[in-house]
Amino acid sequence: MSARLLVEALRDPARVCGFDGAQWNALISCARAERLIGTLACRLADREVPVPVALILQDARLDTAEGHRLARWEVDRMLHALAPLDVPVVLLKGSAYIAAGLRAGEGRSIGDLDILVPRDALPVVEEALLAGGWEWVKPDPYDDAYYRQWMHELPPLIHRERDRMIDVHHTILPLTAKPKPDAAAMIADSVVLGDGLRVLSPEDMVIHAAAHMLADGDLAGGLRNLWDIHCLCMEFSDAQADFFLSLAEQASSYNLSGPVMRALRLTNQIFGTPLVAYNSPARISYNEHWTDQLFRRRILSCDIWGRDRHKLTGLGFYLRSHLLRMPPKMLARHLFTKWRKGHRPI
Amino acid sequence: MRHVINLKIGPARFRIGSAWRAPIEQLATLYAGYPRGEDVADFTVRLDPAGPGRRWFRPSVRIAGDHMLPDAAPMALRHGLLAAEMGMNLQMALGWRRHLLLHASSAEKNGLALVMTGESGSGKSTLAAMLGERGWRFMGDEFALLDMANGHILPFPRLVSLKNEAIAVMREGVSDTTRFGPLMRATPKGDIRHLVPPRDAVVRMEEGAKPALLLFPRFGHVPDIRPVGKGEVFMRLTQASTNYVACGEAGFDALHSFVDTVPSVALDYGDGAQAVEMVERLWSDLP
Repeated sequence: MSARLLVEALRDPARVCGFDGAQWNALISCARAERLIGTLACRLADREVPVPVALILQDARLDTAEGHRLARWEVDRMLHALAPLDVPVVLLKGSAYIAAGLRAGEGRSIGDLDILVPRDALPVVEEALLAGGWEWVKPDPYDDAYYRQWMHELPPLIHRERDRMIDVHHTILPLTAKPKPDAAAMIADSVVLGDGLRVLSPEDMVIHAAAHMLADGDLAGGLRNLWDIHCLCMEFSDAQADFFLSLAEQASSYNLSGPVMRALRLTNQIFGTPLVAYNSPARISYNEHWTDQLFRRRILSCDIWGRDRHKLTGLGFYLRSHLLRMPPKMLARHLFTKWRKGHRPI
Repeated sequence: MRHVINLKIGPARFRIGSAWRAPIEQLATLYAGYPRGEDVADFTVRLDPAGPGRRWFRPSVRIAGDHMLPDAAPMALRHGLLAAEMGMNLQMALGWRRHLLLHASSAEKNGLALVMTGESGSGKSTLAAMLGERGWRFMGDEFALLDMANGHILPFPRLVSLKNEAIAVMREGVSDTTRFGPLMRATPKGDIRHLVPPRDAVVRMEEGAKPALLLFPRFGHVPDIRPVGKGEVFMRLTQASTNYVACGEAGFDALHSFVDTVPSVALDYGDGAQAVEMVERLWSDLP
């Protein structure tokens, strides 16, 4: 149970003292597979570990520092391209965590740059990015049309010189999904950091992380998403009384109580995140739902070789992610088109 | 994974797992003279079945591990040894951060290192292997590790990967047939046969050397020797390094000082014996 080792090490870094070679190998492979090696390296920064492990963790910390430097530069370039438009630009996910100096950003690997802009500003944003050197990645007309018609983001753009991807969102879930969160309200409530940068409000940040993890994808990389949620909840509930109450109210107003409450239960079950239950003014409890174990099985599926142990569970979640994303008839048509184009889920 | 071997090559430790016995047995035989990388591995390599059922039915290997290429083509199980080697190279290319990695071969004589870089087919690998049989210490045929602190070249003496014509050339030069791996025909890289490096290459695999000459060999040309400008050398080495960008400023400084202090020569040659002769002459002419 390698994912369990990773969870233990992240929760309580003291647990790693006394790990033998096999346990370290399992822990490191799993952390790399889950893209949590940088996070682990930061968590273990002050621990006494065997020399070969210390070297590996040191490499990971250097990589993280370099990755964050590149991510910041990407944010800078994006602002440079979009600043003349006078459009509010909200950073999402990894870049937002490091820009806001949140604990969730410590050691986090950052891939694409994700931003949220008002939907009516999409055409000018797209135009400004294309003029700034970004190009379309998806040459397939079906994919392009699919994104534009049904998705919550533009088709991904990649910068031709820096080779970095940007995802421009206009809301946080695909348009075909059932919940319709109020993106305009999210942008209006966003927190200004200076330099024209914005990040989501604490509640919306957790809601977005939960929606992204549980209402949109197949939970690949779920452990990292859950660690984000754990860190965000710890930090926000420390700073703000009744954070969980306002979080639950906000989630309910977006029709996203399901994924958000699930995320809170899972982060509590897996990382031991302290939660606060309420009886009034609203009843908020975190009793385990019988399906939570399926989610834990999926999230904790990494074995000692960094492989996904539960391929069938993974396939199930793959299908689930598509059913959440669109109605069955549309799904059948979509999967058939993708299959004809050579896409295979496993 | 059912079959496992731990290996240490130069400074890097690998844990290699395979769904099949054969590739691990071949590695165990060919790497018998190497220290076993015990305890904690820097990298994990996996030889996974390429799809459901592919362990038994038309068995084919997907190279996987800590670092992976998303669209790597699967390989036939009979090329499993090559897959393992490619898996190890991939980990180094994508994951190694402790040295600046140059896609180059290297050999050492009198405490000084010769570094040879060039595209696939330039003959850098065969040349290093030939020098290794002729009084030089073979240091590596794939990666030369540049120590960013002191500018030395460190060995990465994995098995020599002989391709196509180079196989016959080395069979003539090496009498000990136990040093050769199985001949793998029609792999994605042509015919491949591995060669165990000479004993001293393995025994001294932690020992670096100050670089004294950089060569850009080119096989199949009229013999010629030309100087190469520093600007061009720098650009070509940035392209030959898989972790130059990831190493950041330290990588830039190390490469800059390498280019500044090590003389560089382009060397065209028609056959291996000729190249060895030219290299020896260049080497003895060094100040």
